[in-house]
Amino acid sequence: MKRVLETKEVAGQSPNYLLAKAQDLVDWAVNSSRANSLWPMPFGTACCAIEFMATAASRYDFARFGMERQAFSPRQADVLICAGRLPFKLAPVIRRIYDQMPQPKWVISMGACASTGGIFDNYAMVQGIDTIVPVDVYVPGCPPRPEGLLYGVLLLHKKIKGESLFDRAARREEQPLDERGLRLPPEQIDEISEPFGNSIHQFRSA
Amino acid sequence: MNPSVETLRATFGSAIGRAVESCGDTIVYVERAALLEMMSWLRDTPGQQYDYLVDVTAVEYRDRERPLELVYNLRSLERRADLRVKVELEPGGDLTVDSIVPLWRGADWLEREVYDMFGIAFRGHPDLRRILMWETYAEGHPLRKDFPLRGRFSRAEQVRQALTANPEAHYSLEELSIAAAYDELPPDMRERLRRGERGKIPYSE
Repeated sequence: MKRVLETKEVAGQSPNYLLAKAQDLVDWAVNSSRANSLWPMPFGTACCAIEFMATAASRYDFARFGMERQAFSPRQADVLICAGRLPFKLAPVIRRIYDQMPQPKWVISMGACASTGGIFDNYAMVQGIDTIVPVDVYVPGCPPRPEGLLYGVLLLHKKIKGESLFDRAARREEQPLDERGLRLPPEQIDEISEPFGNSIHQFRSA
Repeated sequence: MNPSVETLRATFGSAIGRAVESCGDTIVYVERAALLEMMSWLRDTPGQQYDYLVDVTAVEYRDRERPLELVYNLRSLERRADLRVKVELEPGGDLTVDSIVPLWRGADWLEREVYDMFGIAFRGHPDLRRILMWETYAEGHPLRKDFPLRGRFSRAEQVRQALTANPEAHYSLEELSIAAAYDELPPDMRERLRRGERGKIPYSE
């Protein structure tokens, strides 16, 4: 609200308290609807998907947080949950799924492999799905327990509730892939794909 | 030692190399020229009847002096006997071996996997394409010892090539053409297929 008031002042007009209040009300209504009814698109490729299923099942039950309906079509989904490692062969697939989801959309990267490549620092594996699609919440763990995924979902709720329809800067809209066919500059991809931890002991060349 | 080795030696002579026993299994090394004939003999001869091809795989050892080994695991369901047949290949030399798909249809995907991972070409294979890596994969054969663990290209280049790949190009021609359902499709879809929109229809025109 403070932000809206300030912009009005810069424009040389008196602060319009009622307008700001109305905007806040709209944001609250829209964001609550979005956050409390997230339809997940599960993209499960590995053991994280087992924990994902446990999270969806009765004991942990993420339907409690509005994720009642799992959208197995990207066109009816709000949040893409990548649960498991992503080989390069699946990279164009997840990108296409992401492109098919309607705005607004969010991505949760579940587990070490989806977030960083994990122990699979080799020729076949994407080193973090953020080189392919933008990621909103990273859930660590190998695999994360259902509590971990639920905490990630709640963090995403928090993030959604902080967005504003009237300030697009808070929401970074994903652009189509650039003319090189990448979403990040190549140097940045190389940098975030650098080996770390134990895999620095493996040599790049034979 | 599996008695099949002695019979093999008597039949094929010098094409059969040394035979060793390892962990209760018999391994027999053969010349690649005699491979197809020998496998056929092992499958069809009464008393041998190795009718089940368990696996086809290959090994390259860290010791650069040792040759690349192509491994066939055979089993006789009738006689409950196993035999492992190996062909030694020079990693730098000619890596062409006769395909055994004419003997066992199941060798189709196994040989494709060996080709994909090791670059061993199978002469006479009906559809020798990569099976695990995608069709346009350009970095080589990943399980060879001269292949760097993280691939030959930079990560950015790998991501670029992966993202520009067409996911549908992974499908086989048969899947793409859905030829089995061709006659039941509506006319406009048949027209699209005929124009080659999604691959070629086998046996059409």
